[in-house]
Amino acid sequence: MKPCRCRPLLLPEMPMAVMLLLASVAPAFAHVQQGQAQGFLTGLNHPLAGLDHVLAMIAVGLWGAQLGQPAVWVLPVTFPMVMAFGGFIGLLGIPLPGVEIGIAFSAVLLGLMVAREAKPSLGVAGILVAGFAVCHGHAHGTALPPGQSGLLYSLGFVIATGGLHAVGIAVGAIHKWPTGRLALRFSGAAVALAGVGFLCKVLA
Amino acid sequence: MNAGLVQPSKCRGVAIGLLALAWLPPSAAEAHLMTTGLGPLYDGISHVLLSPEDLLPILAMALLAGLNGPAAGRWTLFGLTCAWVSGGVAGYLCGQALLPGTVVCASFLLLGGLTAADRRLSDKVILGLAVALGLLHGWLNGAGIAEAQREALGLAGIGSAIFVVVALTSALVLSLRAGWMRIAVRVAGSWVAAAGLLMLGWSWRGSAL
Repeated sequence: MKPCRCRPLLLPEMPMAVMLLLASVAPAFAHVQQGQAQGFLTGLNHPLAGLDHVLAMIAVGLWGAQLGQPAVWVLPVTFPMVMAFGGFIGLLGIPLPGVEIGIAFSAVLLGLMVAREAKPSLGVAGILVAGFAVCHGHAHGTALPPGQSGLLYSLGFVIATGGLHAVGIAVGAIHKWPTGRLALRFSGAAVALAGVGFLCKVLA
Repeated sequence: MNAGLVQPSKCRGVAIGLLALAWLPPSAAEAHLMTTGLGPLYDGISHVLLSPEDLLPILAMALLAGLNGPAAGRWTLFGLTCAWVSGGVAGYLCGQALLPGTVVCASFLLLGGLTAADRRLSDKVILGLAVALGLLHGWLNGAGIAEAQREALGLAGIGSAIFVVVALTSALVLSLRAGWMRIAVRVAGSWVAAAGLLMLGWSWRGSAL
């Protein structure tokens, strides 16, 4: 594009932008904080309290271990951000139809992937896991009890989810041995069966 | 490039960015300066260590600097500390937070995202990020201290704590040799970015901090 000689501050949008910015000025204050540690502990505990979330997150780690490089590190790096995006749209009040079904279905499908030792391309695996991450974030990322810190709740929630991935990856290290490979496939089948149970419960 | 020649699309982008910033729900800047009973210097030190809204971006900046090598770490160490204290003094003298508190979410998202992406950045870019972070958060800290009618010496404590945290964290990341440890640093960055995104959502709901 051919550059033109103009000054940014003289653009018609700029005075309005500056006025709105100044209108948003608010006084600073310092006060005694309450509910800080509790918010973090609630966030840390929340993903561990729901078996559907626990199984799906561990299955992500197990599948990552089966898929090997680079999926084993791409999934734990990208999952928290995609999950947070799900939480973000939930916090904005944007509804996600069938979110509970999606969560139950995540355990079924991820369990099946581990059981079948499926090895799709990284893109397909990423899209599949990202879709489930949005569902989990939307449903679980917004459950902050009143009076607690949203930031620390979020941090605890993300760390606990990352911890579950780490457990899955660590357990998935048994993939190196033939017996371990079989055990992983059985555990995947168990996760899928549990997912079917969750799905029946949601649909009932 | 000739001075004064500006792409219209770039000008419009700046204006739209400012509008978006202004559209963020205005909230009070929450400095949360701790009271240790040991004086303002220690109050400032404890503020950095106990305030996640300041500590997490500092850690993310230090992780990013560490991933980008020793020179980036050195620039960050001095650039961030000086900018934070300068911004703090300016905010203290002004006595008002000129930006909504939610803009701190931007530092979470940007620094966490860059750490997670593990992109090689030039030392100048790293220094620019450190200075921007320091000025923004320092200003909010200084304004909070002034509003609470606390002593400005707290800023010296804040600056000291930042220097130590950045030095230790960057040095730790620089010392990492195993490939999986670098991935662990990237995962930590993605956690900060995720927390920032959720924090932005909570801000919309009015329960961010």
